[in-house]
Amino acid sequence: MHLLVCGGTSCRASESALIAESLKRELEEKGLGNEVQVIMTGCFGLCEKGPVVKVMPDNAFYVQVKPEDAAVIVAEHVIKGKPVQRLLYVNPSTGEHVRDPRQMGSYRKQIRIALRNCGSINPENVNEYIAREGYAAIGKCVAEYTAADVIDVIKKSGLRGRGGAGFPTGLKWEIASKNRADQKYVVCNADEGDPGAFMDRSVLEGDPHSVLEAMAICGYAIGATKGLIYIRAEYPLAIQRLKIAIGQARDYGLLGNNILGSDFSFDIDLRYGAGAFVCGEETALIHSMEGLRGEPTNKPPFPAESGFMGKPSNVNNVETFASVPVIINKGWEWFSSIGTEKSKGTKVFALAGKINNVGLIEVPMGITLREIIFEIGGGIKNGKKFKAVQTGGPSGGCLTEHHLDTPIDFDNLVAAGSMMGSGGMIVMDQDDCMVSIAKFFLEFTVEESCGKCAPCRIGNKRIYELLTHITKGNGTPADLDRLRNMCLVIKDTSLCGLGQTSPNPVLSTMDNFMDEYMAHVTEKRCPAGSCRDLMKYTIIEEKCVGCTACARGCPVNAISGERKEPHFIDQEKCIKCDACFERCKFGAVLIN
Amino acid sequence: MEKLKSIADLEKVRIETKAQLDMRATDGSPEAVVQVRVAMATCGIASGARPIMDFFIEELDKRGIGAVVTQTGCMGYCYAEPTVEVQLPGQDPVVYGFVDRKRADEIIEKYIRNGELVEGIIPVNYEKID
Amino acid sequence: MRGRMTMETIKLTIDNKQIEIEKGTTILSAARRMGIDIPTLCHMKLDDLNIENKPGGCRICVVEVQGRRNLSPACITRCDEGAVVRTHTPRVMNARRTVMEFILSDHPKDCLICPKSGNCELQDMAIRLGIREIPGQEIAEMSTYRKDTSPSIIRDLDKCIMCRRCEMMCNEVQTVGALSAVNRGFMAVVAPAFEQNLEYSPCTYCGQCVAVCPTGALTEVDHTGDVLRAIADPSKTVVVQTAPAVRAALGEEFGMKPGSLVTGKLVSALKELGFDYVFDTDFAADLTIMEEGTELLARLGKFLNGDEDANIPILTSCCPGWVNFFEHNFPDLKDVPSTAKSPQQMFGAIAKSYFAEKINVSRKDMVVVSIMPCLAKKYESQRPEFSVDGNPDVDFSISTRELAHFIKQANIDFNNLPDADFDRPLGESTGAGVIFGNTGGVIEAAVRTAYELYTGKKLSRLDFDELRGMEGVRQATIDFDGFPLNIGIAHGLGNARKLLDDVRAGRSKFHAIEVMACPGGCIGGGGQPLHHGDSSILKARARAIYEEDKNKPIRVSHENPYIINLYKEFLGEPNSEKAHHLLHTHYFDKKAKIIVKQ
Repeated sequence: MHLLVCGGTSCRASESALIAESLKRELEEKGLGNEVQVIMTGCFGLCEKGPVVKVMPDNAFYVQVKPEDAAVIVAEHVIKGKPVQRLLYVNPSTGEHVRDPRQMGSYRKQIRIALRNCGSINPENVNEYIAREGYAAIGKCVAEYTAADVIDVIKKSGLRGRGGAGFPTGLKWEIASKNRADQKYVVCNADEGDPGAFMDRSVLEGDPHSVLEAMAICGYAIGATKGLIYIRAEYPLAIQRLKIAIGQARDYGLLGNNILGSDFSFDIDLRYGAGAFVCGEETALIHSMEGLRGEPTNKPPFPAESGFMGKPSNVNNVETFASVPVIINKGWEWFSSIGTEKSKGTKVFALAGKINNVGLIEVPMGITLREIIFEIGGGIKNGKKFKAVQTGGPSGGCLTEHHLDTPIDFDNLVAAGSMMGSGGMIVMDQDDCMVSIAKFFLEFTVEESCGKCAPCRIGNKRIYELLTHITKGNGTPADLDRLRNMCLVIKDTSLCGLGQTSPNPVLSTMDNFMDEYMAHVTEKRCPAGSCRDLMKYTIIEEKCVGCTACARGCPVNAISGERKEPHFIDQEKCIKCDACFERCKFGAVLIN
Repeated sequence: MEKLKSIADLEKVRIETKAQLDMRATDGSPEAVVQVRVAMATCGIASGARPIMDFFIEELDKRGIGAVVTQTGCMGYCYAEPTVEVQLPGQDPVVYGFVDRKRADEIIEKYIRNGELVEGIIPVNYEKID
Repeated sequence: MRGRMTMETIKLTIDNKQIEIEKGTTILSAARRMGIDIPTLCHMKLDDLNIENKPGGCRICVVEVQGRRNLSPACITRCDEGAVVRTHTPRVMNARRTVMEFILSDHPKDCLICPKSGNCELQDMAIRLGIREIPGQEIAEMSTYRKDTSPSIIRDLDKCIMCRRCEMMCNEVQTVGALSAVNRGFMAVVAPAFEQNLEYSPCTYCGQCVAVCPTGALTEVDHTGDVLRAIADPSKTVVVQTAPAVRAALGEEFGMKPGSLVTGKLVSALKELGFDYVFDTDFAADLTIMEEGTELLARLGKFLNGDEDANIPILTSCCPGWVNFFEHNFPDLKDVPSTAKSPQQMFGAIAKSYFAEKINVSRKDMVVVSIMPCLAKKYESQRPEFSVDGNPDVDFSISTRELAHFIKQANIDFNNLPDADFDRPLGESTGAGVIFGNTGGVIEAAVRTAYELYTGKKLSRLDFDELRGMEGVRQATIDFDGFPLNIGIAHGLGNARKLLDDVRAGRSKFHAIEVMACPGGCIGGGGQPLHHGDSSILKARARAIYEEDKNKPIRVSHENPYIINLYKEFLGEPNSEKAHHLLHTHYFDKKAKIIVKQ
């Protein structure tokens, strides 16, 4: 028998280590030390109800356990085999104490659809994919469905593009299917570029066949025989696994002529991108594939009308494709039963920042930020206070405490001033300066702008410069008006989605954290204490004993003072390196 | 590989592979075997999954334990890489995080040999759809 | 086709006015048709030449279209049925102004000494939008680049606003591929590959990039200072020649309407400037016809005798941009073009030999200046094969624009100058020499002479309308007394490439091909007054050239008495050994000259 004690950061904070100790002690006392082991585990993703203890192999799940509960667990459950009712998890929908996690309702916040095979199958073995219903969906399509049927299923499923804007996938396919041409293309956008986002890479590395199969299904639906995956060259492992997968699929005849004995033929090639963020924009992506400069062009025409080599092309991103085969296999009814009214299914997020469980998660649409951050994510690192979460990467916005209980879907995020984006989710705590965060994202867009249109090429640079100006304490309240105007004009006039969304991080932080901006420009103060230029190191005379440790450690000789006399920091010379603060044993160095 | 010329051909591969995989996981079956899956996505490899996979392959062989060690994709626990899933015949798979050589050795000696869980378990916190 | 199809029309409202317009029209052209002038910066359209630049990059032309989330660029947004468009709402005006401030914040403010000052589209826009300050300029970094000076063109990309017109000209129209956008974001700029100097790129110096650049980013190398110094030097005899296309455009620089012929004023101005002899490149054009026409007939004779080395078709070689183009792109065909030098170089060679002897001035004391509509002429005059012991046949080549500046500097009241006549002997020319300035003109002049020499008959009509026009590629068959001479004409190097590809593939049906690098021919040259996207200007210049031809008493080159005299006194026969030595050249494989170095 094993007693699993959650050792996730959040449970540790509420004394789970002590619980483990107590359990061990109780077991020793009862002479069970050798038979029953107490194991600390990683996070159960149930932090709100922590600390959590699970009894194996009984699967009993105890929540909000206290160290003093150790005795009763050992006495009742371990020795007598009777679960301790009062500690069992309460199913929120029935209000009953349940002992089997299978009856715990939606305790598991995640549902893996796009990631269904990631981490389970060997991505280099097509048979393992087939064993899990792989290629059954394309089989079903060619044998039982017309192209229109396939489009109908995808439309009814409510699947929307996972690349950012959330355009209905079925509708996109329908438009491409209606454009007549001698050649059409299915393009998979694997040019994942948001800072910190890697869901597409994970799908391609963990389950490449699901994307290949979905592209074939799309080809069948729109009448294309050729597929192209535009993947950044910085993803060598994904490229290697895709190549292996394409090879195996061709060997089996799952790509190529007359797939599974049908009239349908489809094959896929890879195209490599040099990693420009803007090449995630579909027209820029297509130009890049054609060997031209990766720059967007005005839409219309949309790729569905005139795409790769001027032919109708359907562009979807990796995660969108990865969701398709399951929808065909399990039916649109199943898929559309997950999620919210207008956003169906699940979304993969790359959870990062000041959060305990940094990782890749897949959650049903409609989950709240609170559930993601405080349960799946295990809460804020080092017990700090949550401040904001950035979704949608450099195109998105910062959401605050007020938004924590908003069900996440495409439309709610936009309404809250952010966007779904490709699924980056960066959590920030009290130490993060929102002006600096906005500056960080602008630095990225300044780097990644293609330079074609003036507002994005120059305007973003000007915003970045003004933000830098403000974080150095040189801004004025009038600058904030100018900043907002520049942001609004860039949004309003830029050529492509990159420029049209690049000011979002600034606008949303201005909307939600205006007080921080004001503190920077009026008091020349950074409330989060992160803008180095606004920090001031001083020595508290009463606390300073004149030990000279700070003066000796100062790399720029900014500190003066006689031995055993209070010291003084020359603000002109100080470079805010923190050396004095670290060296002072008397807490005499004050940072503000 | 023979070309799959029909849905029946595909179904045959599916059934055969599934049976084979199931047999490995079934306690007492002649093909029952310990299965070790190492998360080998870029992030896993970057945090040292490859030597851990090699360690499992070599050590399990050296210590005479019948096992199949395979690579798999990202399990999503970035904070706990490298991650390894171990499935003993007849049991649910257990995922271990922060697996270094020391922990890998512990997993072999305690969990794989004796069924004793060791520290570093990552409870599976998602629903599977099959 | 168009006549038979009923054009589908749509209705929309722009600034509260209704308009019915063909489907597919952009908001910009619909508005212009209604008299609403939406400001544009990057957009440029040469209607008659099928040339349009519309990257939608500057975003100055944004307008509000009801129901659309963002503002739409008028230049590339097509009109939708029932659309409601507003071009000057506060939102639009604020956006336009802010975008303009962005553009200006990354543009040098040295207008006082900028070569484009007064002729700059960006300056005009700043005036139009009433920009008086750039908020935040004090903290705004500027994108700066290495300045690049080639024999013909100066690239000062600090002034580039990424309108991409030059890139479109270089790649789409000329298919030269010397210029394209490089770098990303704030440092994005148009440059040769790896930001190399133009000299190491496949640039032909055609100057079409300069002709369309709205700012001072691309300008010609200015040689007026050199010319002034030569005139000031009492030991030098300074001889000037003026190309045919100059007289049809120079007036524009002095406020005259496009198509004004200013030949007489031009000669007066040059004399006032202090040139010792004012001659006409048209004279050399007549000479070119004698040499090239003779060569054509010789090759044609061989061809008709079944000689496989006849080198038919013959290609004209007067255009230096074109010569550079085939040396870079078709070195395998370098024996196909005529070996005749261009009129500029023929003039230089004759001036520094025949004429220098005549007036008893030594070669080194004579300075030959050319006034050209062209920037490639600057490079051509510097080719080492066109010099004797380091002394070039043509010392300085200046463009029409440079001449205009020169005249203005000299406070000459151009508009009120009396007409004057060219000096003799190198100033006399025929109508055939004049039409060299238009696309199709060289071949028409050649046909006039070749016909009469070949058939021994007088032409009953001298206007070959079938060889004229603005189509990019034209063809005509001229009846040479029973022999159908097939002629091809291309202007714009992209069009030339099409004909050359056929020649290379052995499927060309032409006996003679004329190529001019610039759209419209020399009248649209890279050194001409800027057309700012108005193709009616080019058409007016072309008309003026044909008018000058019509007014000439002699209209065929071989009847130019001074040409006849030149052969009699000095050269002997066309294509004689002496003529070959002075008036012919050979070409080089310059593929390897394109250097890619890091």
